[in-house]
Amino acid sequence: MHIVVCLKQVFSTPQVRINPETNAVIREGGEWIINPFDEHALETALALKDTVGAKVTVITAGSQQAEAVLREALARGADAAVLLSDAAFEGSDAWATAKILAAGIQKVGAVDLIVCGKQTMDGDTAQVGPAVAEFLGWPCVTYVRKLAVEGTTLKLERLFEDGFEKVEVVLPAVLTVGKEINTPRMASLKGRMAAKKAQIAPVNAAALGLAPESVGRAGSPTRIVKMATPPKKTGGIKIDGSDAAAAAKTVVEKLRELKLV
Amino acid sequence: MTDKTQFSGVWVFAEQREGVIASVTFEALAKGRELATKRGTHLAAVLLGQGIKEKAADLFAHGADKVYYVDSSALAGANSDALTAQLAALIAQYKPEIVLGGSTICGRSVFPRVAVRAQTGLAPDCTGLDLDASGVLQATRPAYVGNVLATVVCPEHRPQMATLRPKAFKKGTPTAGRIGELIEAPAAVGDVKTKVVEVVRDAGNQVSLTAADIIVSGGRGLGGTVHFSLLTELAKEFGGAVGASRAAVDSDWINVSHQVGQTGKTVSPKLYIACGISGAIQHAAGMGSSEFIVAINKDPGAPIFEIADIGVVGDLFTVVPALIAALKNR
Ligand SMILES: Cc1cc2nc3c(=O)[nH]c(=O)nc-3n(C[C@H](O)[C@H](O)[C@H](O)COP(=O)(O)OP(=O)(O)OC[C@H]3O[C@@H](n4cnc5c(N)ncnc54)[C@H](O)[C@@H]3O)c2cc1C
Repeated sequence: MHIVVCLKQVFSTPQVRINPETNAVIREGGEWIINPFDEHALETALALKDTVGAKVTVITAGSQQAEAVLREALARGADAAVLLSDAAFEGSDAWATAKILAAGIQKVGAVDLIVCGKQTMDGDTAQVGPAVAEFLGWPCVTYVRKLAVEGTTLKLERLFEDGFEKVEVVLPAVLTVGKEINTPRMASLKGRMAAKKAQIAPVNAAALGLAPESVGRAGSPTRIVKMATPPKKTGGIKIDGSDAAAAAKTVVEKLRELKLV
Repeated sequence: MTDKTQFSGVWVFAEQREGVIASVTFEALAKGRELATKRGTHLAAVLLGQGIKEKAADLFAHGADKVYYVDSSALAGANSDALTAQLAALIAQYKPEIVLGGSTICGRSVFPRVAVRAQTGLAPDCTGLDLDASGVLQATRPAYVGNVLATVVCPEHRPQMATLRPKAFKKGTPTAGRIGELIEAPAAVGDVKTKVVEVVRDAGNQVSLTAADIIVSGGRGLGGTVHFSLLTELAKEFGGAVGASRAAVDSDWINVSHQVGQTGKTVSPKLYIACGISGAIQHAAGMGSSEFIVAINKDPGAPIFEIADIGVVGDLFTVVPALIAALKNR
């Protein structure tokens, strides 16, 4: 089985600001990490490699610096890494990003399974996994929390708001996963050493057969026209809780006034 | 490029499970009604399922002028393969200008795929929607854990698609007996490759977090699993659901499905009561858009007080039982 895991590099702290003139996001006081949900996607693939045997390829679309998440994945046990990088990719929305990833995965060759995190923690669109599936014409099962392989069939449990469904899907397929599914492993020292030496040659738009205007800002159906810092909520009243009964009475009265109880 | 003049009407995808229409659908209908009126066009709902035609009445009552209904056994469950194919087929045939749905698990699974099939853009998880003079949908959505509000547009492609964060928009008051046009369309579910074998609902009659009007959440301050029963009791008084901070989840005091925040669920209830939660930015990201926030924390400097409407500085182990008592004899 050949599994591809889509990874995104994100900034660890959400404490970002907006430059009001350029609309650019200013990031400070953090570091670049693998999107937390993607770590669970990677672990899903590595666990299958351990149990049923699989080749695991990790892929990301981003700038040269995004290579770091690929190396981290190699260190944890991925077999191959693909960096999709081109100035033409800049400004891609989730739709165009999925198009780039789908093209990259097609280039990887015969693939049976694609695993993505359920959403990123910066853009938070939850769009890329299902959209990759659609660009490839594959089925997609989202929010998977448990999986078993039986031949070419996957037996899955996927979450919904107040329960879960048992779902079966025949490969090839795309899955998205959250943190319920597993606990990501750490890289071994040996893995880190090997990952450091790995050659990762960036793949550009031309190599994927993508016209520059079909991706990036030009190829994205959506556009961000405004970025604003939301009005900061100011705290309301503070009451002393040392007399619990009196404090509770005040709270309940207020809630009743607002018709919340 | 799309010939935009061919597209008209505002659509709402009516999400249903076992014939029960999700409340976000009614929130979307209220917003859709407003947008349709502003645009001088009609509002339609799309109802996909099996044997649920009579549910169209609820959609008319909530403002739909038309309901497109497709009856098929393949659409009975919330199978995203089938829903994707069917919704995309209807869009291709009837060409709506705007398509709205809920940013629920179903909406988040179906809308991105439909957007690819329809070759158009999607603004996911919106908390605000408006139209400009030329009919371009201005969709605002939080990104970077709520630190940024981005306004997203899809100027050249149609339909313009958006999913609405549950509870971020107000439901309208239904008009009983309001009628509209029911259009039955043939099933076009395509090649369904996933099979839902069984649906298992959470034990008990738990209110799901994202759908709850009132959430009582606990953090590290609770100090253990047993103490969550205190919150369960308070939640029961309110008819609400129980949430948790990551610290509580990581300590194995409560299941991860209850986690609120950046790597948990995003909730916007009418009332959020945070007990023994410091209010870290990652937690606030998941609950900051709640309508009214009550915080109980013994540290007067806890950041949760900066976003709380009422902050009780005190020990939750005395304040929560007092709240339960006050609610009992109200
Ligand atoms: C990438 C990333 C993602 C994250 N995602 C999330 C997320 O999704 N959700 C989330 O919640 N966190 C998340 N976190 C963690 C977050 O940063 C905080 O660590 C976490 O929210 C703290 O939980 P807490 O408020 O329960 O615990 P603490 O910060 O330890 O606060 C406990 C509070 O309880 C109070 N307290 C103690 N005893 C009592 C008492 N008897 N009565 C009243 N008050 C009392 C204390 O004064 C304190 O304020 C994330 C962190 C990272 C780095």
